[in-house]
Amino acid sequence: MAEKQKKKKYKPILPGTQDWPVVRLSKNRKQFIEQVINNSTERILEENKGREDLREVIESTVYLEKLRIKQNPWKVDPPDEIRFWNNIRNELLDLNNSGNSGQKEKEILRKIVSRYANEIAGNFKKSRYKMAREIIKFGFARLLNATRVKRFGAFFRNEYTLRDKIQITGKTGQLRKLARIGTVVMVPTHFSNLDSILIGWIIHSLGLPAFIYGAGLNLFNIKILAYFMNSLGAYKVDRRKKNPIYLETLKVYSKLAIEEGAHSLFFPGGTRSRSGRIESSLKLGLLGTAMEAQRSLYENSKPGDARKIFIVPVTINYHFVLEAPSLINEFLKREGQEKYYVENDEYDSSYKMIKFLIKFFTKGSDISVSIGQGLDMLGNYVDKKGRSIDQHGRFINTEEYFMTSRTISGDAQREMEYTRQLSEIIIREYHRINCVFTSHLVAFVAFRMLKEKYSRMDLYDLLRLPEEDIVIPYEEFRKKMEEIRDHVFELKKEGRVNTSKYLHDPIDEVIKFGLKNVGMYHSKRPLLQNKAGDIITQDLNTLYYYHNRMHGYELEKYF
Amino acid sequence: MSSKNISDKPVAVIGAGSFGSSIANILAEKSEVLLYSRDSDTIQKIASTREHRGHVLHKNITPTGDLIYIANSCDVIFPIVPSSAFRSMIQQLSPYLNPYHILIHGTKGLDLQLPENKTLQECTYLSRENIKTMSEVIREETVVVRVGCLAGPNLAGEMADGQPAATVVASRFDEVVQIGQKLLRTDRFQVYGNADLIGIELAGVLKNIIAIASGALSGLGLGDNALGLLVSRGLVEMIYLGKALGGNIEAFIGLAGIGDLVTTCSSTLSRNYTVGYRLAQGEKLPQILESMEEVAEGVNTIQIVKKCLNHYKVRAPITEMLYEVLFEDLTAEKALQYLMKYPYNVDIDFL
Repeated sequence: MAEKQKKKKYKPILPGTQDWPVVRLSKNRKQFIEQVINNSTERILEENKGREDLREVIESTVYLEKLRIKQNPWKVDPPDEIRFWNNIRNELLDLNNSGNSGQKEKEILRKIVSRYANEIAGNFKKSRYKMAREIIKFGFARLLNATRVKRFGAFFRNEYTLRDKIQITGKTGQLRKLARIGTVVMVPTHFSNLDSILIGWIIHSLGLPAFIYGAGLNLFNIKILAYFMNSLGAYKVDRRKKNPIYLETLKVYSKLAIEEGAHSLFFPGGTRSRSGRIESSLKLGLLGTAMEAQRSLYENSKPGDARKIFIVPVTINYHFVLEAPSLINEFLKREGQEKYYVENDEYDSSYKMIKFLIKFFTKGSDISVSIGQGLDMLGNYVDKKGRSIDQHGRFINTEEYFMTSRTISGDAQREMEYTRQLSEIIIREYHRINCVFTSHLVAFVAFRMLKEKYSRMDLYDLLRLPEEDIVIPYEEFRKKMEEIRDHVFELKKEGRVNTSKYLHDPIDEVIKFGLKNVGMYHSKRPLLQNKAGDIITQDLNTLYYYHNRMHGYELEKYF
Repeated sequence: MSSKNISDKPVAVIGAGSFGSSIANILAEKSEVLLYSRDSDTIQKIASTREHRGHVLHKNITPTGDLIYIANSCDVIFPIVPSSAFRSMIQQLSPYLNPYHILIHGTKGLDLQLPENKTLQECTYLSRENIKTMSEVIREETVVVRVGCLAGPNLAGEMADGQPAATVVASRFDEVVQIGQKLLRTDRFQVYGNADLIGIELAGVLKNIIAIASGALSGLGLGDNALGLLVSRGLVEMIYLGKALGGNIEAFIGLAGIGDLVTTCSSTLSRNYTVGYRLAQGEKLPQILESMEEVAEGVNTIQIVKKCLNHYKVRAPITEMLYEVLFEDLTAEKALQYLMKYPYNVDIDFL
């Protein structure tokens, strides 16, 4: 059954790419950006009514931008940045004493917004999309076959495809249906820089049209990623820019794109999980734009006609996260402040990225992607026809959540609260569909046993223990593994988590498989067996990281 | 969201107890009000005499026993029934509710969901998974998201006389607070808003415990020094409990916390006070409850909260002593002696 599902091929849900929302969007790119500029400018003016307020917003933006250019320049930054912001500052100074009514300031604002909108806007090209897709497919297939089938000429065989490597489980059929009747906003967990490419590939292999997604501008520093992301419909999000003009423009871009029917992808955690935990709080900004888009669609359509927006949570489950050592170090540094110092060794070049990809696809570390059940904007489950269902199985009309006295009304505070509630439901769904791997379980049990053994130490003291001294006797470990596995199965029965099929193997197999896979390519392995068969570690930090994957299920209480 | 729309439509009060009736009277000054009672005799009586539980009911109030009619004709509904009946009432109403409805409840009690096959007596521990505030019950049982609550010093008797008073409408939604204010605000009734729904609900719930204690003090013939002691230590205890159960400190130092506490502790009109008073006079709980016309929420609350203390390891000597007086035959005098000897005596340590 699992085999069959693995090999299943999905036909594209739309016959030709010309029907794709993202293609329609890119065809009208110019008009679309114009609309973004208009709406954003209007909104910022709405919030800063007087001329003085407007000047203040622009001035502080100029200040922040110049500071950013000086303190945190990136390769992707355009060369004319300094000139642009100096010009803005000068123009503003010239206006200082002139008695205009603020009309000139409005023009300056528009100039800034327009720069941002053009920078954010994705540059989707059908031909490049196809090409990128083929490169991914071809390249990875070659790698896989060359290394897995160790025969001469295997390089050009097609025995293995990405589908063998990456299992897609969960509500794939529903996702395909929802993408046809409404607009899908996919919200995956975020652990690795690989996620963007992976999700792009998954969207394609499920036969879905390309999604647009906000990718961190920092990723565009890496040329090879930049190429793929530009091709796959990414628009750029620059986390360095925290000024209100930029944020408003970004939100308007996202809102209008969703409203136009472009399927979207957010990583609502914002950045990769530093701790290795599943996200426990989400950034509400972009999620809020989907909420706004939904209300706007209801406002501007006849009752019952509005296109519905569906939230689809997705978790990506890895045995191995390349960046784990640097991520967890960053986390410990941040949490522990002066208690903890580390060097940063983030991979940042195309070379390292390619090296990683080769490593990744040539060795046998499987990935599973769990697609969650679709939700409406209030977090109600929807069925295959996109109808929202309440806790008693009754159909409900999502439109009515946006009503006051039975007419649609906009209410920013209400929508913010809805967004917050939705984010809590997404987090619940993450934990529900999260797939527990054998490697997660061994890491969790091993670390918790150590924590219990050294219960007087705080986390930082524990992590500073010399790794050589740490040994967990196999029998003890085995016993605890069985016990905790039972608790995981109980959780699964209650529908609160999912498990990999390997977790059902005899416990010795589970341990063996888990140890083999947990953080398998790190130079220092989080867990190993010594000659006597007992459990040892070479790196407590990454062990802590992989253990964190099972945070949030209250399993700690069994230690 | 014009005020016109709101007053165009009737609003409903579910539960024709004394508090429900007085809220209905206030609402009726501005809107048509449907007042629900599950008891057909009560409906008959209200319709014919226009009097109920000591209130003369406003002419804009129409009694009804029809939940479907209420859900169809009202957008804003005020459920005000005892906590023990709250969930089942909401379950009956739920099928007729839609996402556009707004529910603002006025019940100061907790809902208890026991683990399977267990009675309250058998549970030594209760955690937040087992107890729910009324707004949480509404969220669990219905599609309604825009939920709020009423809390504050609102003695039904004084309100019926038209004396000045105030209340808090708490909700995470500004619009719910605004609608509540618009509907309830009169020259004699001030309405404050608060965004900490859970905190305000808990303040209203927990204060009932201290109200019983206050009645007991008075029943023992003690004076105002003791009352001052009780109010301040009671507040500290409420804050501890409230924080453990998910509220913020701020909720407890406002109208719904200290405001309500002072009122209930000094007024002989309150039901919880009466329970405490009669206990201290030597009566037993069953006979007291039997002779009371309406529910004293505090009794139920003490029972539930006592078991939460075991789980959250919160220090709450007043609650613990009251529990023993109510259910374990400790005399009020003994309880008082114990409290006076209680070793922990830091005044304020929660800020």
